[in-house]
Amino acid sequence: MASDDRTTPTAPPRASRSRADWGRNTLDRALRRAPERPVEFTTVSGLPIERLYTPEDLGPGWDYHEKLGYPGEFPFTRGIHPTMYRGRLWTMRQFAGFGTAERTNRRFHYLLEHGQTGLSVAFDLPTLMGRDSDDPLSRGEVGREGVAVDTLADMEVLFQGIPLDRVSTSMTINAPAAVIFCMYMAVAEKQGVPFSALQGTLQNDILKEYIAQKEWIYPPRPSLRIITDLMAFCCRHVPKWNTISISGYHIREAGSTAAQELAFTLADGIAYVQAGIEAGLDVDEFAPRLSFFFNSHNDFFEEIAKMRAARRMWARLMRHRFGARDPRSWMLRFHTQTAGCSLTAQQPYNNVVRVTVQALAAVLGGTQSLHTDSFDESLALPSEEAVTIALRTQQILAEESGVANTVDPLGGSYFVEALTDRLEREAADYIERIDRMGGMVAAIEAGFPQREIVEASYRYQRQVDEGSKTIVGVNKYVMDEPRRPDILRIGEEVERGQLERLARVRETRDPHRVRSALDALRDAAVSGGNLIPHMLEAVRAYASVGEICRTLVPVFGTYREVSVL
Amino acid sequence: MTEQRKLRLLVGKVGLDGHDRGAKVVARAFRDAGFEVVYTGLHQSPEQIVETAIQEDVDAISLSVLSGAHNYLFPRVLELLRERGATDIAVFGGGIVPEEDIAGLKAAGVLEIFTPGASMERIVEWVRGHIRPRKL
Repeated sequence: MASDDRTTPTAPPRASRSRADWGRNTLDRALRRAPERPVEFTTVSGLPIERLYTPEDLGPGWDYHEKLGYPGEFPFTRGIHPTMYRGRLWTMRQFAGFGTAERTNRRFHYLLEHGQTGLSVAFDLPTLMGRDSDDPLSRGEVGREGVAVDTLADMEVLFQGIPLDRVSTSMTINAPAAVIFCMYMAVAEKQGVPFSALQGTLQNDILKEYIAQKEWIYPPRPSLRIITDLMAFCCRHVPKWNTISISGYHIREAGSTAAQELAFTLADGIAYVQAGIEAGLDVDEFAPRLSFFFNSHNDFFEEIAKMRAARRMWARLMRHRFGARDPRSWMLRFHTQTAGCSLTAQQPYNNVVRVTVQALAAVLGGTQSLHTDSFDESLALPSEEAVTIALRTQQILAEESGVANTVDPLGGSYFVEALTDRLEREAADYIERIDRMGGMVAAIEAGFPQREIVEASYRYQRQVDEGSKTIVGVNKYVMDEPRRPDILRIGEEVERGQLERLARVRETRDPHRVRSALDALRDAAVSGGNLIPHMLEAVRAYASVGEICRTLVPVFGTYREVSVL
Repeated sequence: MTEQRKLRLLVGKVGLDGHDRGAKVVARAFRDAGFEVVYTGLHQSPEQIVETAIQEDVDAISLSVLSGAHNYLFPRVLELLRERGATDIAVFGGGIVPEEDIAGLKAAGVLEIFTPGASMERIVEWVRGHIRPRKL
């Protein structure tokens, strides 16, 4: 205080009335005395961040009702529910799956007993690629990154003792999503649960596979046909099922910026809505069952802004571009997972803190469900202890921190609103470019989003190497570490056991029933009939994922990547 | 050194794993460092990797595996190189490989394994120090 008196000997301090005024009165002098730290003030994606945000940053035309509105009302910037987490907390949904169906089933029971409120299934790579465990390319991969599912027999074990009318299940699978969903329906049949009671989400987002995750079978256009068949089937028979979880998560993990994640995800959404309409469905019939899936990365405010911008943009797209009239079609509901790619193998316990910050961003961004990563995921599959800490992180946020007490607590922050507007502008520019290319399928075929992501990830990696972006424990505050936490290992016996089970199923099923179901499926693919009832029949006959997927290859072809470096 | 030809490196994604962010970043870094790079694209079998390496006369194969199948895939590639009499093609790689597995992979003949957090600069420097052009 004494120093202030010395620097203003003549005029008494007066309150500044504008930012320029503040610069002259206060800031310039402060900067001369103590300059700012010599770092770039940018988000993790590289967006420049100003020193201070005031009403001036929102611009003269900024209108509360147009930009934000009230929660539960268009354009849903502040949240899709009027009471948000005061009504019901977000769903805590930890992704799990490894090894055999028996082992994963035990993990499901463990998680449900410890307060988790929904299931989320991780499949192994062969299953994700629509290949059986005995396929030559599956060698070494069976049961490693998730649970191996070859036939309905595996799915029956996976959901043993879990009443499908009382849990909601999220299944992360894309290229063979329809087949796995048919298996889920077949398990429900065996439990005596009607399809109409099934609740959950199928990821089923093939477009982001071509963009980012790279698990595909067929080319984009026939893949979209399978998706619209599923949307049509679910409208009629499984009305509570979320047919696609349009996913930015993997786009971000592949190295995109936050704005690219937002843009490419919404552009994928536009492509699905367009495909549904072109397949003759009414937009208000299927759009309410579309949901989204975002990443929550390290840059706290950028992530919150991204999620708020996503809600506002989707609401406007659905209402104005597609003419949807049902407010449920306008609502962007989303799941969030914390950023796996942000976790470090170095000093792995630091990941608990990263996950906490990212989870908090997701909650303040208004997520409907959340997966928090386990701190040891940069080393291997998560151990039970690490999974429990990750779940507890959510419970502490929900029940101790007080952040769930009010709706959209950051709404009206000059910074958060300016950043929300900025992300919306960046994403809208991308969407316009993709529209001009003829939509997302054409853009993918031209390698456009793939190239943008490779550029962004390379740029970021250089910043990390140069040290202009800090990763604690990796390029700063590095230590020697002798000790590693215990990790979960999948033994060779998993693959052997799975191969034996598959062989047993092949021996005991009725080969004629399998053959005729697969023939009917192929005929439907050629004739243009809905594929889902035929897939369901093949699944009931214990045809394998690989057999069903391969049946369609002669009709649909296979996808070859546009390889972009 | 100055008379030597440019190093030719194969950057490969082997197996079903689609995580190609690391492979692509490394491939770009190799190219920027002045090496010739052959990128295989995704979903290559060990047989395809070895075939491409021999066809393209590369000096080394650098494999990226993030799926946990490294203990099968790396040794399989080395085995196939032996079968084809191409043991002068060096094999190294990176990915999510637990520390305990690295010694075993090195004993099997993998020259080096880079784990998450390795900088592009370090990988490039390592290649400069350890990979030599083959006599073709």
